Amino acid sequence: MKHAVISADESAGGMFRKWPFFQRLLSWTKPYAPFEQGTREYERYDWNSLLPEEQDCRALMCKMMDGTSYYPSRPEMQRNLEAFAARTGVAVRYRCRWTGTRRDGDRWVLETSDGEYRCQVPIFAVGVAEPWRPQIPGIEDVPHYAETRPAETYAGRRVFIVGKENSGFELATGFLQWARQIVLASPSPAKLSINTRSLVGVRARYVQPYEDHVLAGGVIVLDASIERVERTGETFRVHTRKADSAAELVFEVEDVIAATGFTSPILDLPKLGVATVGRNKLPAQTPYWESASVPGVYFGGTIHQASPGLRKHGMPSNSGGVNGHRYNGRILAREVARKHFGIDPERPVVSRAEIVSYLLGEVTNAPELWHQKSYLARVLRRDPERGIVDDGILPLQSFLDSGPADAVAATLEENPAGDIYPVLYTRRGGVSAEYDLPPHPLHDFRTRVHQKGVVEALAGLLL
Amino acid sequence: MRSAPDDITETLATLAIFADLTRPELEKVAHSLEERYFAQDERVLREGLSGSSFYIILEGEAELAARGKRLGTLGRGDFFGEISVLLGEPPVADVIAARPLRCLVVPGDLLREFLQTHPRVCYRLLVAEARKLANVTRRGA
Ligand SMILES: Cc1cc2nc3c(=O)[nH]c(=O)nc-3n(C[C@H](O)[C@H](O)[C@H](O)COP(=O)(O)OP(=O)(O)OC[C@H]3O[C@@H](n4cnc5c(N)ncnc54)[C@H](O)[C@@H]3O)c2cc1C
Repeated sequence: MKHAVISADESAGGMFRKWPFFQRLLSWTKPYAPFEQGTREYERYDWNSLLPEEQDCRALMCKMMDGTSYYPSRPEMQRNLEAFAARTGVAVRYRCRWTGTRRDGDRWVLETSDGEYRCQVPIFAVGVAEPWRPQIPGIEDVPHYAETRPAETYAGRRVFIVGKENSGFELATGFLQWARQIVLASPSPAKLSINTRSLVGVRARYVQPYEDHVLAGGVIVLDASIERVERTGETFRVHTRKADSAAELVFEVEDVIAATGFTSPILDLPKLGVATVGRNKLPAQTPYWESASVPGVYFGGTIHQASPGLRKHGMPSNSGGVNGHRYNGRILAREVARKHFGIDPERPVVSRAEIVSYLLGEVTNAPELWHQKSYLARVLRRDPERGIVDDGILPLQSFLDSGPADAVAATLEENPAGDIYPVLYTRRGGVSAEYDLPPHPLHDFRTRVHQKGVVEALAGLLL
Repeated sequence: MRSAPDDITETLATLAIFADLTRPELEKVAHSLEERYFAQDERVLREGLSGSSFYIILEGEAELAARGKRLGTLGRGDFFGEISVLLGEPPVADVIAARPLRCLVVPGDLLREFLQTHPRVCYRLLVAEARKLANVTRRGA
């Protein structure tokens, strides 16, 4: 497809050109894993490499890491993304800023600092890295995470951090050896990823301040609404109110930081009808990452977190991180090509004899299914002329709500007890059914019991 | 309807189910629940499929349908999904956005904890369920 890519930055890397603030990612890459670097299966252990067609551009992240941690440093991640762009020859017009949008007949016109681009389909991958603050009186006068000073400048000071998610805990972790006192506050309790069993919640590497809090070492983690922030000369006074007792607590501190999250710089899109959702007003999207209110406008990258999918048993997607949205991006490119440009690559035929082992191999090793549980699925469909065809990896929600062809979607799910297990969704004559297969202690589902389960689910459908 | 509300706490304060909560409690609820937007005709709950959630309608309209038969319409302040979540069974009906729909969502496995921490919301929910039951009984009679 003829396309153009523009970026306001000077070169590749996006938000990783400056963040995370303490210069280390929270997504890992394991150089040594059960599969060879560069294989599809290896992607499950490498959350940070992008996905090229070219074999020699795969698993680039591992080649940039110095062995001190399995979390790449920020500069290593930047080098990974720069190397990807250079080696795959992605043509980007850098230092070109999109400034406005309008419709002209069946085309979109993107106004930019370098002139106008006209296109059939715009895809906005502008990130979720614009500082966002809630409506709290006085919070506009305190620095955001994005404006945090070097850690040593907080030495001996009392620091109040508004926000108890990863960015707040990242700062608190970095301040532990500097600050005199650290308070982390927000209305609802902090969630920890090891409890939510997902990437929602404070990641394990940032829980040190939490341990300090529970051991009463000096850090305070508070569930309270922040009513207002007042500047009083050299200090700030932060007025908070506990949700359970409604008691007021006032803190006097030298520094307040709003670690209150980020939004997306979608400029005039809401004025053109693009619906937004959530506190930080991200564009609401369909399962194929199209605006839920303005057809033909698509989104890319981490903005995909606002297309949450089924959220079965409350499980979120991983679309906010590279390990999740890199797969969505591939599906999105195919979908745009099919829907808007009539380009639909040949889908391979799967022989009947291979279906069971193929599906069990996928749920055991497919990185797309492991990184995007109950969000993406491997889909096989009965084609009247060709037999059983492999429709590829698709959004599970779109499979369930489209039809009517007889088909199966294989995915992985997790229940509240923490069991991870394969699920087959079948569609027969337009009617959907769900078949949960048992979990396995080593997550290897290529067993007789699982084979039997697949055969039962697919009997009379694809088998 | 297009743009997410600036202050979700204000929106919650106007819904019957949250009428007894104090401002800090409302803020805590607003902070801990996820907001979702569904395009017209998008399915929200799927009949027969497990692992669903509890939804409270902030704006818009949803339609209830089972085995292709239309059962009713839900609007602002109404909620659904609780029966399936509380009984741990798949929903017995589809819920589809009849118009663009904005909801607050409590994931199924968190509903119990949510109701236990907010007994006044639980009471309001119980009253609404009692009203639904009374209506069904009256219609049956
Ligand atoms: C503090 C922080 C830490 C994070 N840490 C991790 C992590 O460790 N691991 C992980 O996987 N994810 C992390 N994330 C999430 C991360 O943002 C995504 O995973 C991903 O890198 C985002 O990629 P993106 O291309 O969608 O957006 P970005 O990397 O934000 O890139 C957006 C691009 O759009 C450009 N742009 C924006 N507006 C315009 C405009 N008007 N005109 C032209 N260009 C424009 C920007 O210049 C930028 O190049 C973190 C996010 C934050 C905020």
